[in-house]
Amino acid sequence: MNSFMKWFHKWGSPPWFYRVSGKMLPWLTGLFVITLVYGLYAGLVLAPADYQQGDSFRIIYVHVPAAWMGMFIYMVMAAAALVHLVWRMKMADVVLISSAPIGAAFAFIALVTGSLWGKPMWGTWWTWDARLTSELLLLFIYLGIIALHSAVEDRQSAGRATAVLTLVGVVNIPIIHYSVVWWNTLHQGTTVARLDGPAMAPEMLWPLLSMAFAFKLYYVIVMMLSARGEVLARETKSRWVRELVGGK
Amino acid sequence: MSEFFHMGGYAFYVWGSVGVTAVVMIAVAVSAILKHRRELCRISRRLRRERKSV
Repeated sequence: MNSFMKWFHKWGSPPWFYRVSGKMLPWLTGLFVITLVYGLYAGLVLAPADYQQGDSFRIIYVHVPAAWMGMFIYMVMAAAALVHLVWRMKMADVVLISSAPIGAAFAFIALVTGSLWGKPMWGTWWTWDARLTSELLLLFIYLGIIALHSAVEDRQSAGRATAVLTLVGVVNIPIIHYSVVWWNTLHQGTTVARLDGPAMAPEMLWPLLSMAFAFKLYYVIVMMLSARGEVLARETKSRWVRELVGGK
Repeated sequence: MSEFFHMGGYAFYVWGSVGVTAVVMIAVAVSAILKHRRELCRISRRLRRERKSV
């Protein structure tokens, strides 16, 4: 067995996950606070106002990282779904269902902050164009995944059905990403992840990257917290849980 | 300082965005923490009951 597979199997073990995530959480939280405080301060205070959009451009510091996370979390869930279906790994299902509410929250944040940005800049809260509609669809897919998982009584069937639905929904992710290229839209095109480098001044870009990193850490932290609760609920009767709780 | 809060006339939109983001992220984090705590309480209650009945 190579080292990757060993690593993979370790994370597939609930007691190992519980122990290691407990040790990692304080460090991750510290790093999250640092990147968040720097991102907010540099983005809302230090960065100069945009020459076209004025101070309204600062919405970018929550809107764009949230939108990225909405897609990123979906890709993590799709990978977990694949692992769950192929290797029947229980932890993959735990990761999938613990991630779904966080992904839904970020899709919701992206829609609301986008609306709050659209009103002053485009003159409308909402328009049914490709980017906005596909992002709304992403929110509905997240909600569908959560609803399906809680609707099916048997945990194994619930996990498998949810994994299949998650994989089907992946088709929406490239549609969101390329929507601003494929269709005419009010939404602006790609600014940061461009082949010719980001089209943004560094004093505006660094806070954005810091916020994106902070949101990623937030996801890992909250997903771990939620997965720890889920693991305890599933392994209630096992010996390691008894020792863990009884030892306190 | 008041200039900072004024956000060049876009205060409602900028602070509204930051506010919504903060409220939603805090709510999701708190619900995850509570879920974990609830499970721990439930299991320790059960273990205590089992010990008594033995």
